[in-house]
Amino acid sequence: MLPEIPKNETLLFQMEGVSKRYGGVRALEQAELRVHAGRIHAILGENGAGKSTLIKVMAGVVAPDEGRMTMAGNEVSFASPAEANKAGIVCIFQELSLIPDLSVADNIVISDPPKKFGMIDRKAQRKIAEEALARAGAADIHPLALVKDLPLSRRQMVEIAKALARKPRILILDEATSALTAADVSKVFAVLKRLRSEGLALLYISHRMHEIAELADECTVFRNGRNVATYKAGSKSDNEVVELMIGREYSHIFPPKPPAAASDRPPVLECRNLSWNGRLREISLSVRAGEVIGLGGLDGQGQRELLLALFGVLRGVSGEILVDGRPASIASPAAARAEGIGMALIPEDRKTEGLMLPMSVRENLSFAALDQVSSGGVIDRAAEQRLIDEMVRLLAIRTAGVDIPVGALSGGNQQKVVIAKWLMRKPRIILLNDPTRGIDVGTKQELYQLLRQLADADAAIIFYSTDYDELIGCCDRVLVLYDGAIKRELAGDEITERALIASALNIRSGAEAMAVGAGA
Amino acid sequence: MKDWRYWAAEQRGTLLALGIFVAMFILYTANHPAGLTANVVQTASNKGVLLAFVAMAQTLVVITAGIDLSVGMIFILTNCLASWLVVGTPMETAFGVAAVLMVGILCGAINGAIVIYGRLQPIVTTIATGAVYFGIALMLRPFPGGSVNEDLADALTGRLFGLVPASLVTLVAVVLVIWIPFRRSVTGRAAYAAGSSDVAAYMSGVPIRRAKFVAYTLGGLLASIGGLFLTFFTYTGEAALASGNAYTLFSIAAVVLGGVSLFGGKGSAIGAIFGAFAFRTIGDLLFVFDFDPLWQPLFQGVVLLVAVSIGAFALFRVKNRLEWFG
Repeated sequence: MLPEIPKNETLLFQMEGVSKRYGGVRALEQAELRVHAGRIHAILGENGAGKSTLIKVMAGVVAPDEGRMTMAGNEVSFASPAEANKAGIVCIFQELSLIPDLSVADNIVISDPPKKFGMIDRKAQRKIAEEALARAGAADIHPLALVKDLPLSRRQMVEIAKALARKPRILILDEATSALTAADVSKVFAVLKRLRSEGLALLYISHRMHEIAELADECTVFRNGRNVATYKAGSKSDNEVVELMIGREYSHIFPPKPPAAASDRPPVLECRNLSWNGRLREISLSVRAGEVIGLGGLDGQGQRELLLALFGVLRGVSGEILVDGRPASIASPAAARAEGIGMALIPEDRKTEGLMLPMSVRENLSFAALDQVSSGGVIDRAAEQRLIDEMVRLLAIRTAGVDIPVGALSGGNQQKVVIAKWLMRKPRIILLNDPTRGIDVGTKQELYQLLRQLADADAAIIFYSTDYDELIGCCDRVLVLYDGAIKRELAGDEITERALIASALNIRSGAEAMAVGAGA
Repeated sequence: MKDWRYWAAEQRGTLLALGIFVAMFILYTANHPAGLTANVVQTASNKGVLLAFVAMAQTLVVITAGIDLSVGMIFILTNCLASWLVVGTPMETAFGVAAVLMVGILCGAINGAIVIYGRLQPIVTTIATGAVYFGIALMLRPFPGGSVNEDLADALTGRLFGLVPASLVTLVAVVLVIWIPFRRSVTGRAAYAAGSSDVAAYMSGVPIRRAKFVAYTLGGLLASIGGLFLTFFTYTGEAALASGNAYTLFSIAAVVLGGVSLFGGKGSAIGAIFGAFAFRTIGDLLFVFDFDPLWQPLFQGVVLLVAVSIGAFALFRVKNRLEWFG
């Protein structure tokens, strides 16, 4: 399946039969990869296809459960990122690895600063930093500036300069262009092409198809933790690539959707031209009672920020939010959940934003509804108990009792507690931020049923998911976000995997129309 | 922007602390009956250096985003130990000083080892070890007493060439020999990196553990230098619980006044030294303005609150409310 290797492009790194599991989740399954010097190798795949785990294994961040890796013919294993660096593998991570309180120059040389008399040689350090910045095409960044004072796009350039200063043999770029301006992207591309001609091997992970078309020499597609295809760049059409990324696997069972959510009902929640800090751009949407609206798109395109903006967590949001057709000013989560608005947010990270792990199931359940079971500041234990019993029954929370710490429950049951906590307030508007991440299939199915029940009981639901199957199975309409703006609205039968992926990748014109047509 | 502006921005906290101290000290000497004499400077220096040493110790740990609540107790323990050992012939005295400093290093190293390898929280660890250190101090000196080599004590608390306070010279020497090399070493930078973002530091292959261990250990050493000087000033050893606690708390105040962030990764021991001197000057100011000394704690609190508020202005610019808690 691999394309022929020209003589001057030697095999530099090879991965064979590498697997990695997180609990019951298989992140990588018998993965194979061959990386050649002097080539740019693109890695493609959906969210959760195993790309990040692959990189982490290569960069020494996580140890694989099984399999072997060879570098220039010698077997290698990395116990830490530092060891991978020493072997010549340097990774630019999606979550930046810069230290905010140190200067640009400090950061660029951080793993191996130049020394003189046992102390860091600041002059030499500055010279290295200036050279690395120039090589990365970012000579405009001052080496003494503190990283935390730089905008995100500049930080990403520093990150690239830092990687170059380590003189890598294999450079891994994980979504390294996601925050860059168009001008920076073209500079970075020129740098990457020069590095390729210097004989470096580059692994390029990106969701942007046109970038891959411009840069890559070969591509490998990952799906469900396996590499499903490796091909020469340009030898497959966008449609074929999307097909490879989707595969065919349906494992979830979804409740039937009602024929069409009554379109004559007035919207419960509306927002108009919502913008925030360059991360949300002119977002307008409306949700009716009984409707489940999905938010789609690649991870990190503003979905999380949109939910936080609606829930009153962000400051400096421009635009209008209307509840029941009346302008609502929601300045905090406390205001969002108040009577008259009745909003609930099931957060992304249940461990930090949803639960107080060491506290009991009981306390966690009643936190959001304490005002309903107390009078004069005193909690009515009997009333609290009635509500809790009802919720434990309704959501079938499996727990050895409501007085054990919530941290002792399984992931799925923890998530049920988070949801139950908000259902106690009988919310009219429910926002969910990727609620099924890391929970088992059985619980997922229960949650899908619950979602539909709530909608049937007239709740308005906005549901962000990174799992396309869920959006297809659960939602009446899906809004696809790209770069902080709504790029597409799909309704009813239009919601297909093809259409979702095509619009998530923002593939324009003919390709998109074809993909949508073929999918429907 | 010019290079010096970046430098100034980085040193903002230190410069602010310097400014506060200079303003207070000018106010003090201007109203002092004797004015700015070598004597007045010597007294101020001797009063300030004790807290300055302990605050430097605290700074090293705070930079790694930890906290050391045992510094005051190491300070007291080494004082009690010095009142036994730093006596006799010059040779014996030298050995005594070395032994006292070694004990300081050991105390710091124990803190570091427990925090890093035992993975306990710094606050709990150092409350516990601090109590142990104080317990040992009590055994060494159940009652105040002991003595110290008075020649050495007088030399280090007097004046050089009749002008410069020797305690101040020692403080500067300690900054040059311990702080500057630490600040400029790979280990020192790793300490800042670990305090600023330990995940990013780990991902960059920075030696986090070594950096933290060195920070705690040097903290113990600096606290023991403070303990030595306490002995030189008082000629005795005393296991005074109130004094140990006060020095621990004041060292945190001095660190904050000196522009060192309690979240780690930011600030300088030099700032903390100015913070310590400024904190000490509050009492002197009350004296020259004829306030009742009973006002001192109240004024120290007010000055601290004002200084901390200045540092918190950045919170008004936060756009995502979740960052308030980060």
